[in-house]
Amino acid sequence: MTDTDNRMTGAEIVLKALKDNGVEHIFGYPGGAVLPIYDEIFQQDDIQHILVRHEQGAGHAAEGYARSTGKVGVMLVTSGPGATNAVTPLQDALMDSVPLVCISGQVPTTLIGSDAFQECDTVGITRPCTKHNWLVKDVNELAGIIHEAFRIAQSGRPGPVVVDIPKDIQFATGTYTPRPETPVKSSYQPKVQGDLGAIQAAVELMASARRPILYTGGGVVNSGPEASRLLRELVELTNFPITSTLMGLGSYPASGKNWLGMLGMHGSYESNMAMHDCDVMVCIGARFDDRITGRVNAFSPNSRKIHIDIDPSSINKTVRVDLPIIGDVGSVLEDMVRLWRALPKKPEKAQTQEWWAQIESWRARKSFSYKNSSDVIMPQYALERLFEATKGKDTYITTEVGQHQMWAAQFFGFEQPNHWMTSGGLGTMGYGLPAALGVQVAHPEALVIDIAGDASIQMCIQEMSCAIQHNLPVKIFILNNQYMGMVRQWQQLLHGNRLSNSYTEAMPDFVKLAEAYGAVGLYCDDPKELDDKIEKMIAVDKPVIFDCRVANLANCFPMIPSGKAHNEMLLPDEATDEAVATAIDAKGRQLV
Amino acid sequence: MNAHQQPTGSAYFISPETEKVESHTLSILVSNEPGVLARVIGLFSGRGYNIESLTVSETEHEAHLSRITIVTRGTPHVLEQIKAQLERIVPVHRVVDLTVRARDLGQERPIEREVALIKVVGQGERRAETLRLADAFHAKVVDATVEHFILEITGKSSKIDQFVAVVKPLGLVEVCRTGIAAMNRGPQGM
Repeated sequence: MTDTDNRMTGAEIVLKALKDNGVEHIFGYPGGAVLPIYDEIFQQDDIQHILVRHEQGAGHAAEGYARSTGKVGVMLVTSGPGATNAVTPLQDALMDSVPLVCISGQVPTTLIGSDAFQECDTVGITRPCTKHNWLVKDVNELAGIIHEAFRIAQSGRPGPVVVDIPKDIQFATGTYTPRPETPVKSSYQPKVQGDLGAIQAAVELMASARRPILYTGGGVVNSGPEASRLLRELVELTNFPITSTLMGLGSYPASGKNWLGMLGMHGSYESNMAMHDCDVMVCIGARFDDRITGRVNAFSPNSRKIHIDIDPSSINKTVRVDLPIIGDVGSVLEDMVRLWRALPKKPEKAQTQEWWAQIESWRARKSFSYKNSSDVIMPQYALERLFEATKGKDTYITTEVGQHQMWAAQFFGFEQPNHWMTSGGLGTMGYGLPAALGVQVAHPEALVIDIAGDASIQMCIQEMSCAIQHNLPVKIFILNNQYMGMVRQWQQLLHGNRLSNSYTEAMPDFVKLAEAYGAVGLYCDDPKELDDKIEKMIAVDKPVIFDCRVANLANCFPMIPSGKAHNEMLLPDEATDEAVATAIDAKGRQLV
Repeated sequence: MNAHQQPTGSAYFISPETEKVESHTLSILVSNEPGVLARVIGLFSGRGYNIESLTVSETEHEAHLSRITIVTRGTPHVLEQIKAQLERIVPVHRVVDLTVRARDLGQERPIEREVALIKVVGQGERRAETLRLADAFHAKVVDATVEHFILEITGKSSKIDQFVAVVKPLGLVEVCRTGIAAMNRGPQGM
């Protein structure tokens, strides 16, 4: 390349840098401060721009794209309101460790600080909700910053970054610097390889365990498909029982014989009891979130804990561990599997026999059971049928946030990583539909279903328009109980059944709504018709809104009430009105 | 492991620490770039940590490095988290807990010094008394008229606290303190 080839405008630099970082799709919404970049998008074909209907949708779509592919998701927004609307997905991506690059327009450098039209302090506002961010003040630094943005977003513990580009920088001519081929000298150098001594000690501790458990999380998925393969190998070798957080579902197959189901507040009885009673806990790429631990001081009181995490700040943050291993899950698991194989004396099968017998007795409680009905569709039944109908298909599931999300995690069996997209850390209602669009963009032939609630779906319903425009045949399966179900459940538990503002009055006719957008609407309120309607939904090659009317007052169990320990779960068969009303004490009531 | 802790009913926060709260001095080496101080301070306010003293200045011009010295309070567990969280900030190069390092080196505390400028206005015997005290505390007169003195004093924070207290009745008008600059004793660098 000659020097003149390297000279281009800031907007051209943006497009070239995106291409050089392997970007094929960006999700965005134009506006005054990004017009030069949109003009460049218009004049090229390598990168496809997906026009959303709200910047929040762009962010969640980029998240869905990233989580289903392992690639970096890219969003493009304008200054001011464009950037502030991006805050929710940025924080969402930060909490769930999703690699995201957000490019935002900014008012010209000469106007910064003057309260100009559509000006906001984007780097100031997004500082706490990104891994790192930049305000570009020199066009010659633009390419280097974008390359660094991609490196930071996807390395170490992945996360969102923002590159804020003033309009005059987009117009200015500067030099394009190519992507560095050798490792960059910078203060940011995440540690990938775990300490071998610590891994050896962990393997020895595991080999001595009588009541072991593997507690896995989103870190396994983030580490890539090889980490999931190694995890399966480790389970095969050790015959340890395995559970996972909401974020880690799919890294070990739900059909696997060692699978205990999801753990945590709405996790299975067997997984939570096993966490409580284990003697060796191996935490792999999870972070002892409060939804997982329940009351921290009663959390797994008699276990020795091993914690594998790429982020050193996750170690000892809420739960003290005995053996921390800082490194990438994939790399550490590789060493762990190798060292386990090299053990001079492997534990006898009998060593964990009693433990497995105990686990079987917990399993026999069938904590996800529910009372089915022939008159109304039970939400759990609807998901069981949906799962049945999608077996054997290349299915990706996204969710909104609430009861339907927990039921989806409980009743949908995930066999592979990267097929389950949900907002875990931030709990963002409105995540599911745009995330599904992002997934469908990345996997045009796949069956992409957003399992939704009637309240959540209305938070980003405008993206139906995006689905139609870009021919993204996502299926929105609404478990419609005409309540904000999880809010209502908590009001029943905590606030004397006073259902303040949790009933969704003036519900739209979802079938007509679908039709208004040019999509297909389906309605079902009869359990006998459910299978046929689901088949119909799957067969349609268009976006579908499926209004599945379910039992209005069904609640999500089992549940660890706030302020309780893992072994104080509320099971479905014990959840009488009285038990529900007294489940949470005065102190637990202050928690969320 | 956590069984020894007292039950609190909290599913959220770490149960009340039985560990004692300590004051530690942290040295943070950062790239001297826009916003880096905001990142560090934002971390403290966002996660509810305390700042008792904060000093920042460029220390290596060629390498574009600044050194931030923060005195913070917390239990050993919280202090460990603060260090780990600081190390996550992209332009942060190194974080050293000088208090922990001093202990490891068998020393009581790192060397900690502060500079203060102190303006005292007065006449007659009070002026003479001000100068006597300044002399006793090794404070220098850096500006004076017939009505006032500005005194410069260097030392541990406790020494400056004490000096401020004694000159207060003599016509103290204004105090400006730099915050703490700190370093570990011995030949090793940070």
